[in-house]
Amino acid sequence: MVEFAGWSLPLQYMDSHIASHLHTRQHCSLFDVSHMLQTRVHGKDRIPFMESLVVGDIAELKENQGTLSLFTNESGGIIDDLIVNNTSEGHLYVVSNAGCAEKDSAHMKNRLLEFRAASRDVDLEDVDFALLALQGPSMARVLQAGLTDDLSKLTFMMGVTTSVFGIGGCRVTRCGYTGGGGGGISVPGDRAVELAEKLLQRPEVKLAGLAARDSLRLEAGLCLYGNDIDETTSPVEATLVWTLGKRRRAAMDFPGASVIVPQIKGKVSRKRVGITSTGPPIRQHTMILNTEGRVIGEVTSGCPSPSLKQNVAMGYVEPEYAKVGTALQLEVRKKLVDGVTSKMPFMPTKYYNAK
Amino acid sequence: MALRVLSGVRSVSCAARLVPWRGCPARHLSCAARLLAARKFTDKHEWISVENGIGTVGISKFAQEALGDVVYCGLPEVGTKLNKLEEFGTLESVKAASELFSPMTGEVTEINGALADNPGLVNKSCYDEGWLIKMTVDVPSELDELMSEDAYDKYVKSIEEH
Repeated sequence: MVEFAGWSLPLQYMDSHIASHLHTRQHCSLFDVSHMLQTRVHGKDRIPFMESLVVGDIAELKENQGTLSLFTNESGGIIDDLIVNNTSEGHLYVVSNAGCAEKDSAHMKNRLLEFRAASRDVDLEDVDFALLALQGPSMARVLQAGLTDDLSKLTFMMGVTTSVFGIGGCRVTRCGYTGGGGGGISVPGDRAVELAEKLLQRPEVKLAGLAARDSLRLEAGLCLYGNDIDETTSPVEATLVWTLGKRRRAAMDFPGASVIVPQIKGKVSRKRVGITSTGPPIRQHTMILNTEGRVIGEVTSGCPSPSLKQNVAMGYVEPEYAKVGTALQLEVRKKLVDGVTSKMPFMPTKYYNAK
Repeated sequence: MALRVLSGVRSVSCAARLVPWRGCPARHLSCAARLLAARKFTDKHEWISVENGIGTVGISKFAQEALGDVVYCGLPEVGTKLNKLEEFGTLESVKAASELFSPMTGEVTEINGALADNPGLVNKSCYDEGWLIKMTVDVPSELDELMSEDAYDKYVKSIEEH
């Protein structure tokens, strides 16, 4: 168990880190991610409220569709990454990081006061539900047994409020942070253990902890807030331009837009890239050098990939080295090893699109 | 071996500091029959057993459990001269890297080549097939400064209780 953002969380369960990681890729694993911050945004002005905080086009979300978005600050840095779901029950359901829970909550509440002062109709509700993530290719088969809704109609990033194994009021969303397909289930706290036990009765489901969650998200090329993105990185530097809604870019009406939008066509001093190598693992704070031996950046996350049997990492480099296939060197314990910038995700993703 | 994380993900960075996680079936093989020379231990969790003036060095069961699946062994070259407690390499799991420290003064005479293709031997057989290096014993009296197996077991218990 480890301390994380005030929660005591399991690093791993019965199986070794690698066994747990590979099990998730081949079958599915249950992650308790109840530490994440869940918030409902109510009121007629909930969409302009949310759009005043994030970079995405929330108005264009279909009913029960969700999207990854970013809270940004006025200088164009990323306050947190989050998921915004447009539920059919007349509210937005927002999930953000536990490590940023206090500041996210304060940030939303400050904006709420501004909206209220302007007589806008918005309200925030802290959701004290547990959150379970069932991740991996067997997810749909396992979860379908407890649902009356047809999961094959629930495509990537879509959600539904429903009963799961007889437990009412659950919010099931087809999303996750492993890149391997899966879903999240927000469940009333007093029924969470019951739900977990039901899911774990299936032989293909095993519990997994933070260790596997980290190596899985890294293989999927997904950022860990605090490592790969923070308040000093812009969405353009972080190659998260796809999160900037087209309408929002044109209107330049999200926090930090005056900094971020010109970067899209202009210049940034660094870009996030994927890196692969063999030999000694490359990890956070490993220095990145060009082939002439000049330091051009730093690794922000890295580990030996259990699936790919090579080292995978992400880091920031000067933009002229960001092109996929660029040869690099990495300084590992005072020795230089060869690496190359690589396309992310490192593992092909298996997001479900019903095709 | 230094049971600390050199790097890794911030949110899990205290991983390797923890006592080895329990509940895993004991995977190491007992090798009592091979115990021709008694193993002696450092407080950094390396062991050495000396036969005919050559010491074989590895890491303890406690250390391999705390580290988890070893995926890469960074070992020195044959001929490297080591002082007692000098760093001589690293063992890496998916989540962390741990430094290795020489239990005695001497010169590396052999490294375990099997680990290049199969680093997991360190987990499967830490006292036998998963040995790391062989070295000369230049200062035999240093052996007396190391812990016996019994003393080391007590030492590990004292760590686990904290």
